[in-house]
Amino acid sequence: MSPDSGTNVVWLGSPGFPEAARTALGDPQLRRNLRKATATIRDKRLAVTGELDDWEQLREAGAATKRHTLRHLDRYLLRLEDSVTKAGGVVHWAADAAGANRIVTDLVRATGEAEVVKVKSMATQEIGLNEALEQAGIRAYETDLAELIVQLGDDRPSHILVPAIHRNRAEIREIFQREMGAWGRPAPDGLTDEPRALAEAARLHLRDKFLRAKVAVSGANFAIAETGTVGVVESEGNGRMCLTLPETLITVMGIEKVLPRWQDLEVFLQLLPRSSTGERMNPYTSTWRGVTPGDGPQAFHLVLLDNGRTATLADTVGRQALACIRCSACLNVCPVYERTGGHAYGSVYPGPIGAILTPQLVGVEHAATLPFASTLCGACYDACPVKINIPEVLTHLRAEVVEAKRAKRRVPGAEALAMKAATAVLASPRRLSVAQKAAALGGRLVSRKDVIGPLPGPLHAWTDARDTPAPPTESFRAWWQRTHPTGADS
Amino acid sequence: MRIALFITCFNDTMFPETGKAVVTVLERLGHTVEFPLAQTCCGQMHFNTGYRPEALPLVRGFAEAFADYDAIVTPSASCAGMVRENHPLLAQQYGDAELRAAVAEGAPRVHEFTELLVDVLGVTDVGAYFPHRVTYHPTCHSLRGLRLGDKPLALLRAVRGIDLVELPAADSCCGFGGTFALKNAETSTAMLGDKMRNVVSTGADVVCAADNSCLMHIGGGLSRLRTGIGTLHLAEILASTQGDAR
Amino acid sequence: MTARDTVLGRIRAALADVPADEAVGDAPVPRDYRRSHAEADEVGLFAERVADYRARVVQATPERARATIAGLLAGSDVRTLVVPPGFPPELVPEGPWRRLEEPLEPGDLEAADTVLTTCRAGIAVTGTIVLDAGPGQGRRALTLLPDHHLCVVRAEQIVADVPDAVALLDPGRPLTFVSGPSATSDIELDRVEGVHGPRSLDVVIVREEPHV
Repeated sequence: MSPDSGTNVVWLGSPGFPEAARTALGDPQLRRNLRKATATIRDKRLAVTGELDDWEQLREAGAATKRHTLRHLDRYLLRLEDSVTKAGGVVHWAADAAGANRIVTDLVRATGEAEVVKVKSMATQEIGLNEALEQAGIRAYETDLAELIVQLGDDRPSHILVPAIHRNRAEIREIFQREMGAWGRPAPDGLTDEPRALAEAARLHLRDKFLRAKVAVSGANFAIAETGTVGVVESEGNGRMCLTLPETLITVMGIEKVLPRWQDLEVFLQLLPRSSTGERMNPYTSTWRGVTPGDGPQAFHLVLLDNGRTATLADTVGRQALACIRCSACLNVCPVYERTGGHAYGSVYPGPIGAILTPQLVGVEHAATLPFASTLCGACYDACPVKINIPEVLTHLRAEVVEAKRAKRRVPGAEALAMKAATAVLASPRRLSVAQKAAALGGRLVSRKDVIGPLPGPLHAWTDARDTPAPPTESFRAWWQRTHPTGADS
Repeated sequence: MRIALFITCFNDTMFPETGKAVVTVLERLGHTVEFPLAQTCCGQMHFNTGYRPEALPLVRGFAEAFADYDAIVTPSASCAGMVRENHPLLAQQYGDAELRAAVAEGAPRVHEFTELLVDVLGVTDVGAYFPHRVTYHPTCHSLRGLRLGDKPLALLRAVRGIDLVELPAADSCCGFGGTFALKNAETSTAMLGDKMRNVVSTGADVVCAADNSCLMHIGGGLSRLRTGIGTLHLAEILASTQGDAR
Repeated sequence: MTARDTVLGRIRAALADVPADEAVGDAPVPRDYRRSHAEADEVGLFAERVADYRARVVQATPERARATIAGLLAGSDVRTLVVPPGFPPELVPEGPWRRLEEPLEPGDLEAADTVLTTCRAGIAVTGTIVLDAGPGQGRRALTLLPDHHLCVVRAEQIVADVPDAVALLDPGRPLTFVSGPSATSDIELDRVEGVHGPRSLDVVIVREEPHV
């Protein structure tokens, strides 16, 4: 798959992670916003997960359910299609972003409407649905507060749960005052930057859009194969508005969101809110099956989206990334994300999960720096409610990046040569010993008082911020040989 | 018990004192330490950077060098993790049946230094004396990789004269991450800055850990900023006694 | 070839490593987690956990329920009150408010001050009310557009924890799990109550011996 197929899995023109991170690292306001927000949510998550003494068992159950479902994904999707159809819904299949956008556009056109209201959804972000609708003359209104902030600010999302996490209250107030008028009801006079006032402004701005909308587009947190029940987990009530008031509901869902049984919800309704917003339960969860006469939309379409998921499924190590329930816990605990924010990842899927999902959805060669955007510290794996071993997949994808580069170039790059040379030295104790003597000598040459300061050339990345001790004149192995001349191992 | 020391290529070259400290502590406890000279490197850098085939000769070399020992001790949590977790994976992916068998048999005998002391030898008081204010940084591989938990702190608490102070936000990564520090230098430095702020806030004379690689990164930053705070592998603290002139 | 065939074909090709005879039951899900995290007093816990969301919670005996509801409505200065079909008539108090009944247009609901409903279940550990659009609850829009929701929960409707609730509910009905008033954490991840759903939520727990 090519990243220029109109999707947002990777944003066109984004530089590699290290360069993109530089912008964020140099923005003290952004650093403060991120530090405050991630610290807040980390504490909340720890408090509510700590309340459950069987949290590990719940994680096990969630992980096992997801892994099992993926191993039989075709069966469960067919079962879901059958259940939804029997309940009066229409199921559509989309192999890629363009296909999904075409399906949704045609469905909206068939209603004769020129606008839709949207519930926050990663899948529709991923396929660039708003842009596709725009080209068809259909206006899509984001109704989640953070998505609204991003849409009004002509910005990009930087977090899975809170796409505007990079904005603080003062910036949000400014965006509302400047942009709301162009999209509908302007911001109230004298709007302050109190979160309560900002939420009120969003309520007023979106109210008549909810009341007049005939078509809504949503994502789904899960769909139950055996019953055909689809669910959306949310906080503000914008989801309920979109799922209840319009005549037509179009839900776009990644194929990996299917769950086998209704009972599985007893696990995920405990794992998701506590991992995500750090609450015992999120304010609103809505579930529905097909259409209900006299209640809610009377036309329901479910679009099942592949868009690179089957390629991910084919990788037996990388497959586990599809277990993701989009809670964002890994972002919130990630020391790299906390410093760089989400835009540096160049994708709608930022953070640790993005670093393993994005390269798999688009192919490692189109996101080659992402698997390296981690210290492998493992905080993400510990936090993940479905136990995705993110470090394991990161190193797996790093090997794929290296192999892809190897396959592409006839002459090895500098790093490949260095690694090869390192192996040659390290595979032999004798050569290692020689190299140690050379390093000690070299270290002496560039050091002052046994400390190596800033160096020019490729080593500056290390020495710019750190002193390095000069290697000692005698290695351990040399000391051992000197002091244990007749030992069994000498 | 025949205990072999796996010094790691990094400590061998840069921090021989750590290896000497491991030998000192174990001999003080009445054990004999052997050093197989055929050892070199576990291949962690290759593996973590994506060069898996290049790591394979090192996996093989490790298995051969340490074939005959009851226990293998290493003063590096990340190298211990590499051998235990990833050698089997590499042998599975690239190796032959013989290597797979050798690795499966050998990997579980590898113990990080504090694991060997606490879990295998059942010791927390190693008779050390270290009259300084110390803070402990649990490296990611100690904390979340090997899950050393309280073991290093239990050993440090038993040290006479020590003033052990808690490190704020101890569980957050220092930003080293091997080649991460080079590939993502700015991010690494930003993480280092926060770690140093926390270290400085403790008023400690020394920050210690179970990995010299992270310590070289933290210590390099502390030295550049002229903080006067030293770094020391915790084995070196455990090796110190009343007689030392530290 | 349809997109459906394409996607299903890709899935089957991707799962080549899964043995063809691997049955769905071959990898059973370990379900050794607790059925409930609640201690003995589930009603008391429910009241406490609902209140944690900054909802107002009041307990009343069946005899006092109507007066309690009347008091809450009067205290909220209610002028228009939506009462869904099937709501127990003996619990609807008289008052200065105008009572609205179906059929109602979205505009009517939007203009209404309060909706008074029953529920399908309460979940003690999470402080959640579950609506299933059954008698006394009305279709989903009724509990969405008015800015104030007053929900009557009978003590025997309160289950201990999420697993009991999921087992009880009918996946074929439109369900709404409500945990406190609408809220957002989108500004600096600080929770603020009151966005699009009802900004205030009152819960009246009806039981024989109010536990205070």
